[in-house]
Amino acid sequence: MADPAYRAAGEGALRIEPLGELAAIFDRRSQQTHLVTQPMPEILAALAAGPCDATTLAARLADSFDLDGEGDAAAILAERLDELAAMGLVEPV
Amino acid sequence: MSTIRTLVDLLAGRRDAAALAPREWDGVIAVARAEALLATLAHRLSGAALPQPVAQLLGDARAAAAVATAQAMWEAEMARRALGPAGVHFVLLKGAAYAAADLPCAPGRQIGDLDILVARDALPAAEAALLAAGWEWVKEDAYDDAYYRDHMHELPPLIHKLRDRMIDVHHTIIPPTARPNPDAASMLDRAIMLPNGYRVLHPFDRMIHCAAHLFADGDLAGGLRNLWDFHCLTRDFQARGDCDSGTPDGALGYDEWLGDMGYRAKLWGLGPAVRRALHLSAALFGDEADYRRLSLGDRLFRARLLARDDWGRETRPLLRLAFYIRSHWLRMPPLMLARHLWTKWRKGRGAAR
Amino acid sequence: MRHNIRIAVGPVQFRIGSDWAEPVAALARLYAAYPQDETRPADATVRLYANRPWRRWLRPSVHIGGDYIVPDALPLPLSMGLLAAEMGMNLQIALGWRRHLLLHASAVARDGRSVILSGASGSGKSTLAALLGEAGWRLMGDEFTLIDPASGDALAFPRAVSLKNEAIAEVAARVDAARLGPLLAGTPKGDIRHLIPRADAVAAMHEPVRPVLLLFPQFGGAPAIERIGEGEAFVRLTEASTNYIALGEAGFAALTRLVRETPAFTIAYPDSASGMALVEQLWAEAVR
Repeated sequence: MADPAYRAAGEGALRIEPLGELAAIFDRRSQQTHLVTQPMPEILAALAAGPCDATTLAARLADSFDLDGEGDAAAILAERLDELAAMGLVEPV
Repeated sequence: MSTIRTLVDLLAGRRDAAALAPREWDGVIAVARAEALLATLAHRLSGAALPQPVAQLLGDARAAAAVATAQAMWEAEMARRALGPAGVHFVLLKGAAYAAADLPCAPGRQIGDLDILVARDALPAAEAALLAAGWEWVKEDAYDDAYYRDHMHELPPLIHKLRDRMIDVHHTIIPPTARPNPDAASMLDRAIMLPNGYRVLHPFDRMIHCAAHLFADGDLAGGLRNLWDFHCLTRDFQARGDCDSGTPDGALGYDEWLGDMGYRAKLWGLGPAVRRALHLSAALFGDEADYRRLSLGDRLFRARLLARDDWGRETRPLLRLAFYIRSHWLRMPPLMLARHLWTKWRKGRGAAR
Repeated sequence: MRHNIRIAVGPVQFRIGSDWAEPVAALARLYAAYPQDETRPADATVRLYANRPWRRWLRPSVHIGGDYIVPDALPLPLSMGLLAAEMGMNLQIALGWRRHLLLHASAVARDGRSVILSGASGSGKSTLAALLGEAGWRLMGDEFTLIDPASGDALAFPRAVSLKNEAIAEVAARVDAARLGPLLAGTPKGDIRHLIPRADAVAAMHEPVRPVLLLFPQFGGAPAIERIGEGEAFVRLTEASTNYIALGEAGFAALTRLVRETPAFTIAYPDSASGMALVEQLWAEAVR
């Protein structure tokens, strides 16, 4: 299957406030609030370095996180990216 | 003077807000809310000397409108993300178009559903792309569905399952069954690409659409707001010309552009609607507003537009009913109207039993 | 309209018009001691009207209208005109107020700090607030609590308390009968009787208060306290707010700040006395 690439929201578009184990994300473009769990904020942060696909994202996150099994991680991240795109927080390139 | 006239005068800028008695604001605010013009008024009066509670309330209205506009424009962005990859070009209509083009009527203007115009042959692709991106039909009702597809100027309304917002996909600007017959293909051809990537109608077509929406397709509910839009559109065009598209139309004199737009409107059977909009917007909002020069027909429309009292209540029920019947008459040939009302009536009875 | 009255509750100036004298007279009695500024323009308009002229006299039924309306709201008989007025006022605030974050919650205050009680109807939040208001607390409101986005403070909305069913007798036993409105029996919401807040609560209605406790009461079951996290409190309060979405980032900022700075608990209680004791206990821990 193709591994689509996504781009993060522009700088300043999102306001992210940790709330205990959750994070509340306010999207200034849509005026919507999204409550997410880890690793969503980490994905958004990693994507800010530039648009990329799930495989590249896994590599970026591996630098700061302990991801077990590269292949699995990319598949899981692809799902999360798809969810973030449905929320409008990231956009397919 | 009636309260709604005070509202009109405040919008037109011919009455000093500071000169209103404190309690006159009760009615002005209620009427402005009822006509969906409170935030518009708030923008018109920003910076004016106002009683402190009024200044605060209008400040609230401006802030809330900014949020609402951003929320509405997000639907345009979502439509772009859904339709762009499917190769469907679309033109924003009405409120979303005014906001995208940053027109003078946009600040504070309420935007309801997202209205877009697509080429008729692009409808199936648009429908498929929207359904794939999370929009779904509002009602799964065979009659209404067939009615929309056969007789209306849009797909049956779609609502997004997560965001709970509606999109109306039009293939022409008024129902094909209505007597005027605007050429949607020509409108799409002349549409303007804005620097932000959205397409909007050419200023002439924008004005024609606004007038058609006001007088050729509806019972004039919310008419005062639409007339204010029309007034702002004509004002803006006179001031800036056709600068969005970069063509030198802006160099045209008033009579010339009026003639040019009038020709287009007339071609589509919308000459009377545009003329009426020009008369009424000048009479209500113009610099030398004088309703005494209006024709008898225009005066009836004016009376309908101003039928509201200082508690925000609708007045003149018979006049309202007449305009309601007229609106159905305009949309449908009489036999079809009878069939439509008959089906609605039978369904209503079925539900009541 | 033929009969009308102006009422200020907290930051909101209402104008209420009616086709009948009775609801306005009943409001005039309940709100007689509230501050009045006759020159202040209204923030919100409520209309109580007959939808056909003859319905003013013939089986009079009160339709609720105003700046904001609910399209299919059923009318009420004239004997319940006071309830119609209350519903009309609530509706304008719930749908129209934009200056503050609006929480569907009751609140009480002591020493310049407040407890906010949020819950669905039946949770007992109104009754608890009314009873605490008679037991050394300042009643801030039984239905809405406003959060000021700029300061994070809670603002009072001390309308006449709407006592329902069993709560009527419970509260009536402790207050002067002159502070009670007429009994509205058999309304769509059960029996209702209004309680005029104490004079000091009305006098202090413009004083902002810092929230120190967020409680989510649940009536029934053995007394229990459970701490809840910031995320859960956030979700519960977005659901308890009618204008969170409309406020945009101001609402987001106000709510994230509120749940971060204010400890939140669910409490279960079998009767009012134990509910009040739980509030006192958590209060003592929170202000320690």
